[in-house]
Amino acid sequence: MSTRNTQGLARAMMAPSVVLLLIWMIVPLAMTLWFSFQNYNLLNPANVSFAGLFNYQYFYTDPAFFQSVWNTLVIVVGVLLITLIGGTAIALLLDQPMFGQGIVRIMIISPFFVMPPVAALIWKNMIMHPEYGVLADINRSLGFQPVDWFAQYPLLSIVIIVAWQWLPFATLILLTALQSLDGEQKEAAEMDGAGFVSRFIYLTLPHLARAMTVVILIQTIFLLGVYAEILVTTNGGPGYASTNLAFLIYRTALLGYDVGGASAGGIIAVILANIVAIFLMRAVGKNLDR
Amino acid sequence: MARAVSSRRKLAATVAAWAVALVIFFPILYTVITSIKTEGEAISGFSLIPSFTLENYFTVQSQKDYFKPFMNSVVLAVGSTLLALVIAVPAAWAMAFSPTKRTKDILMWMLSTKMMPAVAVLVPFYLMFRDFGLLDTRIGLTVMLTMINLPIVVWMLYTYFREIPGEILEAARMDGASLWGEIVYVLTPMAVPGIASTMLLNIILAWNEAFWTIRLTTTNAAPLTAFIASFSSPQGLFWAKLSAASTMAIAPILIMGWFSQKQLVRGLTFGAVK
Repeated sequence: MSTRNTQGLARAMMAPSVVLLLIWMIVPLAMTLWFSFQNYNLLNPANVSFAGLFNYQYFYTDPAFFQSVWNTLVIVVGVLLITLIGGTAIALLLDQPMFGQGIVRIMIISPFFVMPPVAALIWKNMIMHPEYGVLADINRSLGFQPVDWFAQYPLLSIVIIVAWQWLPFATLILLTALQSLDGEQKEAAEMDGAGFVSRFIYLTLPHLARAMTVVILIQTIFLLGVYAEILVTTNGGPGYASTNLAFLIYRTALLGYDVGGASAGGIIAVILANIVAIFLMRAVGKNLDR
Repeated sequence: MARAVSSRRKLAATVAAWAVALVIFFPILYTVITSIKTEGEAISGFSLIPSFTLENYFTVQSQKDYFKPFMNSVVLAVGSTLLALVIAVPAAWAMAFSPTKRTKDILMWMLSTKMMPAVAVLVPFYLMFRDFGLLDTRIGLTVMLTMINLPIVVWMLYTYFREIPGEILEAARMDGASLWGEIVYVLTPMAVPGIASTMLLNIILAWNEAFWTIRLTTTNAAPLTAFIASFSSPQGLFWAKLSAASTMAIAPILIMGWFSQKQLVRGLTFGAVK
């Protein structure tokens, strides 16, 4: 069907997207790579010189670097675990017949539409605030001392906020997948005397595998770059306790004016993200081809 | 007997589901309630009964001028979505209707560009925007949002277009339709629902984008994300006012989101989960 003519037309139709994306990616990336080998500080922009690998060495030997990589991992893995386990449980619950399912769904999906700065500020001031937050009220009414979440458990607090934002997403996708499970299969398993647990392990879980892969892929893309939640709550602190790699680079660049150092950090972040991406793409590609 | 058991089970599921839903929804609900309390009430302990004052909304509007960031959000979200559609529709169309061996690779490559951490290119973009005078302009930010959402738009459109059966085209051709007639009378009506849901979802994503919108703006082009982030350091008694500002920032998109939840799943999973 596709003659040479339509092939040419197809290529012309794809060109703008492909070319624009390519330029939009390669030019800044090349600039980042170039800056990463320069001594370049925005406070002293006239004085730019070749730095070799100094910026990388500087970034690599900075103790904050390893902490931020670790924090990034904690955020990604922590949020993925909470949203996958919680999402599966809630999806199983929502799959039951009930009254007012439409309203329940609307309430559960809502946090996903809340912009990150608002989500973070709501949690910081309304929920987790050590004096005026709801959790402090609850603690006091039970006779406990209120917890100063962002001072005592800064990273955990970030994980909770981000998990709250992404739990609806995982739930909705897993629920959709659950609803496409063949009812007859379920009934047959039930008739064969399979209990809830074995039905879940041998029937439901394999069926959800594909949806879970998609959840992991998409959430990881966004979780690697968590930024606004940190900016408006802890600002990366105390110290570097809640600084992830994205936030460390931002600190170096726009607070330290160190273009060279931030660029080296950026290149390291790209390499790390690519390692994650290769694994994910492979897993997802396999799962999607089925 | 069986009916009694199943209705009891239904009741139990209802109670459990409502409890979970209320816990998850609570932060939003409490924010809306606090927004109609007085500042005094807002900090005097837990209470779900406000005094229904609209004062905070007026204060936020007059002190911080809510309308400007709101309009910026609208312009950026809608503008970048339309621009992305103009670029992406032909590409997705070509990929869906005359795929080659490389189509899948191109799609995967596009998705992989989303994996590039935004901060890695923060410095070059910041410097380029500064040099071209695009910092804190609506145009600069619209282009930025267009480009970062373009891969997702192409993907979503592709999954919708792929489901339009090719035989319909052949049938139309046999009936003597011209290429133009094909596009206008046969394909467009079938493609509109997919384009509409892509648009809706992309507006939501653009509205909530909170890295570039905060970093590349200060006042003129600052949308609601930046407006809200400016509340991050408490200013005296501000709980009720913060709640009012937050409610106004999320309400429009929350309501849009409720209507789009069906398309949300297939859109954001690139058609992998339906």
